[in-house]
Amino acid sequence: MNNVIFKRLLKRKSSVIGGIIIIIFVLVAIIGPWLTTQDPLAQNLLNTYESPSSEHWFGTDNLGRDTFTRVVHGARITMTVSFVSVLAGTIAGMILGVISGYYGGFIDTVLMRATDILLAFPGLLLAIAVIAVLGGGIVNTMIAIAFFSTPYIARIVRGVVLSIKELEYVQASIVAGCSDFSIIINHIIPNSMSQVIVNTTLNLGVAILTSSALSFLGLGVQPPDPEWGAMLSQARVVMRSQPIAALIPGFAITLVVLSFSMLGDGLRDALDPRLKNT
Amino acid sequence: MSDVMLEVKNLKTYFNIEEGLVPAVDDVDFQLSARETLAIVGESGSGKSVTSLSILRLIKEPGKIVGGNIMYLGKDILKMKEKEIRSIRGNEISMIFQEPMTSLNPVFTVGRQISEVIMIHQKLKKQEALQKAVELIKLVGIPNPDKCVDNYPHQLSGGMKQRIMIAIALACNPKILIADEPTTALDVTIQSQILNLMKELKEKLGTAIILVTHDLGVVAQLSDNIMVMYAGKAVEYGPTLEIFKDPLHPYTEGLLNSIPKIDEELNRLKIIRGTVPSPFQLPKGCKFSTRCDYVMDICKEREPEYITLASGRKVRCWKVTGDEE
Repeated sequence: MNNVIFKRLLKRKSSVIGGIIIIIFVLVAIIGPWLTTQDPLAQNLLNTYESPSSEHWFGTDNLGRDTFTRVVHGARITMTVSFVSVLAGTIAGMILGVISGYYGGFIDTVLMRATDILLAFPGLLLAIAVIAVLGGGIVNTMIAIAFFSTPYIARIVRGVVLSIKELEYVQASIVAGCSDFSIIINHIIPNSMSQVIVNTTLNLGVAILTSSALSFLGLGVQPPDPEWGAMLSQARVVMRSQPIAALIPGFAITLVVLSFSMLGDGLRDALDPRLKNT
Repeated sequence: MSDVMLEVKNLKTYFNIEEGLVPAVDDVDFQLSARETLAIVGESGSGKSVTSLSILRLIKEPGKIVGGNIMYLGKDILKMKEKEIRSIRGNEISMIFQEPMTSLNPVFTVGRQISEVIMIHQKLKKQEALQKAVELIKLVGIPNPDKCVDNYPHQLSGGMKQRIMIAIALACNPKILIADEPTTALDVTIQSQILNLMKELKEKLGTAIILVTHDLGVVAQLSDNIMVMYAGKAVEYGPTLEIFKDPLHPYTEGLLNSIPKIDEELNRLKIIRGTVPSPFQLPKGCKFSTRCDYVMDICKEREPEYITLASGRKVRCWKVTGDEE
């Protein structure tokens, strides 16, 4: 089974490329900081806004810090923020969605009206509201992003659970004497995984965009930490004279988000049950 | 027949939907003894599936069991706690559905699904449960049981899936097996294989069976007793052979007449005229009066009682009641 899905995924070039780029970025996030020779926080005020050279591959920023080093270190922060927040949001969303869909009734009404309220806000606005309450910083950025991705996942999971719980094999396990908990763990969650995987992948891209946007606005990761959105924000003032300083982090953001989208699209098609026999 | 295992008394299961109250099962009584096979027969919508689901308390909103008792070995299933009923489901009373194609979880191997039931009820370890699953697969007659345990449902045919369902149902040696149209979705050759298998297993394991079906051929092959249902009520009950030989209720007669007979030449099958009345517009008096060939004045006014005849057979019809009086 899993083999078939993997093969189907490999058939689609854009998803393979997306997957490879993501793997590279993840590797950079893990081992990158050991490969760079410079300190991302080391300032050199005599060398601000330098153009690319053999010493500074992507030039330097307003405080003379090496842009390449900062992008590599930034990958770690960006990836951590997006993975942790999306994972937390997905788990929370799955729990709420499963409870809502499986038990239905009053609890379902309450949870779904609550998600309706959250979904009525634009995601970024919601994240800003959370930051406004909790304050900035890496951890709070993660909480904010997890908070706004939860209702999406809860909605999707609830829908899937509603359809799965009416299927005969769930009925059959009720007849076999399984408890609600074991039905949820053994039958409901594994069968809703494909939807969750696809949406989680797409959400990772959105999370990176949001965390960058928050940092760009000065609400997320705080200087001097090298975050891509924050770097973009600092470089914005010199965009016309020294575009390379803004282009590099901007390009990194675009590339990662695009890769997640391409991989997510491929996964969605590969996991589509309608294509099962092709 | 002695030692009654299951006794259903005045069971009423109603569905409260927007259009009104539907009495899907209305005042149904029957008994099931050890090793007995009881067939519940009727047209679509006669309440036979709802009856069988009520026994395991599987009726979901908007349906509700509104009255009666279901005594299983002296205890009322309708008064049990959720935990008690769960320990009976799949363990002492189990069930086979009519849709083997969708009754197995597509993401797990059949071995895991069989062993799941064993692990819940018999508290065996995973390895022992899997070992037992292999034995069960062998018992239901699938070749290469060792290989089959590792198969996913989509790798099996419909007949094999139904065998797996039977294996799951039999995993804990249940005392009662409820088979809700076990052969409807299968083609005729597979049907006969499954029926033979059920017959064999019944003899081997001594399980009592409640067979829900509209297929009288299946009934003749498998059952000891028949209960005929019409519009939510039991209309006739008796031993299979006697009912086939001498149906008392006109509805039973109609059902039997509509089977093609091998020794008669017929161009058209006899049918029961009309259709099952809508549950919202049930006729006054006998529910079958609108379709009955023997309809009398009294049938349209008062509903006949469900009477027990001297032979032990039961019937709900003015024709018989009138004769008795």
